[in-house]
Amino acid sequence: MGGPAVELSGASKRYGDVLAVDDVSLTINPGELVAMLGPNGAGKTTSIHLMLGMRNPTSGKARLFGLDPKDLKARSRIGVMLQESGVPGMLRVEELVGLFCSYYPHPLPATQAIAMAGLGEKAKTLVKDLSGGQHQRLYLALALCGDPEVLFLDEPTVGMDVEGRRRFIQEIGDLGARGRTIVLTTHYLEEADQLARRVIVIDRGHVIADSSPAQIKARVAGKRVTFTTPQPADEHLLAGLPLSSLQVEDHRVRLLTNEPEAVLRELFRRGLEMRDLEVAGADLEEAFVAMTRHEVSA
Amino acid sequence: MSAVAARPSTAPLWPMLSRQTYAEFIKLIRVPAFSVTSIVLPSMFYAFIGLGSAKEPLFPGAQVTFGQYFLASMALYGVANVMVLGFGISLANERGQKQDLLMKSTPLPAPVYFAAKALSALAVAFIAIVVLSIFASIAGGVQLGASQWLTLFGRAMLCSIPFIGLGFALGYLAGPNSAPAVTNLIYLPTAFASGLFFPLQLLPRFLQDIAPYLPLYRAAHLVWNSVGVPENDLSADWLYMAGYGVGFFLLALWAYRRDQGKKFN
Repeated sequence: MGGPAVELSGASKRYGDVLAVDDVSLTINPGELVAMLGPNGAGKTTSIHLMLGMRNPTSGKARLFGLDPKDLKARSRIGVMLQESGVPGMLRVEELVGLFCSYYPHPLPATQAIAMAGLGEKAKTLVKDLSGGQHQRLYLALALCGDPEVLFLDEPTVGMDVEGRRRFIQEIGDLGARGRTIVLTTHYLEEADQLARRVIVIDRGHVIADSSPAQIKARVAGKRVTFTTPQPADEHLLAGLPLSSLQVEDHRVRLLTNEPEAVLRELFRRGLEMRDLEVAGADLEEAFVAMTRHEVSA
Repeated sequence: MSAVAARPSTAPLWPMLSRQTYAEFIKLIRVPAFSVTSIVLPSMFYAFIGLGSAKEPLFPGAQVTFGQYFLASMALYGVANVMVLGFGISLANERGQKQDLLMKSTPLPAPVYFAAKALSALAVAFIAIVVLSIFASIAGGVQLGASQWLTLFGRAMLCSIPFIGLGFALGYLAGPNSAPAVTNLIYLPTAFASGLFFPLQLLPRFLQDIAPYLPLYRAAHLVWNSVGVPENDLSADWLYMAGYGVGFFLLALWAYRRDQGKKFN
């Protein structure tokens, strides 16, 4: 034992003109529960595919347990839920899970994997007759059936309703609490917050933050201030303020700040005429997206 | 600790192959569009075309009856049909649904996956000729010696192998929507032009000229001979089949690599 479970070192991936992952280095140790967070198209899925050896890095390298991720010895120790992957519709749930069990050297009993994924009642159902949320649970059963040391979950709650998502995330948390290494991608900040002790924020192929959820939240928490101005807003009047993001569209100004009182005091002092002033708690989602935008332009 | 060190690090291959083959088989059988056409169609053609003159000699003075000739023809049609359509269309569909994505992330070795597909298709092909043979014996009164039956089954199954390669190649070259049309467009006319439905002598001159180069025509020689149609030189036919086999599998390998390069590079 010992050594990291997952390692990317200086890994880049280029698709034609697009640099989907740009020189990413990160290490995930056994037992960690890591959320990779970022807007759509940020490079989360490509990063996961590099870790899994499903894509070859254009430069740099990926390692699983110190092995080439394509090595069947490495693949035998992981479980994977991928986005948009299909499964044979004409097999029953228990048949498919049983089949996947045979791929692994030390599988769980198929019934146990099905039960852990909460699909016990659907064991005899044909895969094609499952609902969207049940499909996600089937993928979880398939990811779990090899009793993996590391679970890779790429946007696992897509297609679930709010309640299903909450339960699912709780179950993933329980799996992590029992010592499994979990790497999860999501664009829901709340999921990362609920689950992970470490959050890696990816934007446009770069890692822009890698710390605890509390530290990440401290960076994005704040107030949203919106107002309109009689004349198109002069950007000079808004310069030098402690803002985490700023959007100006003609007369309309939207800004995010951790210090709304100081910002407003300064704006009044500068004599900016404001109408329809509103101060509200920033939507976490929106604040987060604003943060990733801000980081890149900075 | 030593017990931990002794734990195998990958799963054993034989149980994996047998489970995968079983899964592939039930996947095929549960799609009526596939199982019914593969298993029933050769017998149906036999009912429509073969039964009427099953007892008559193939040509004046021949030892072989039309019933025997057509049994051999449809046996070949049936097995190759399973390989080209079954293998080809099911692969194209699975690619269309991105089933290869999740498989790629598992420790299932690709050769096991393809061997399972081939074995399950061979099983369906075998069922198709058993059904056809029973139908031809009972409804058409076709009689063959034990060694003739054995040779017919053996050669039909052997001749299906190059078509596994062809089906495999089509599965990776055709899109999921166009696969059924493309395979039928290639397969049906080829079967016709190879003399599987009517003896070549009855077909237009240009088809008679093309036929010797078609894999189904070469395979047909082998199966017709097994029911008693005299052939002078079978070695050329075997050679052609081996050549087609190598050619189709190389094409399949190229198509597979091309597809993998696009998705997983």
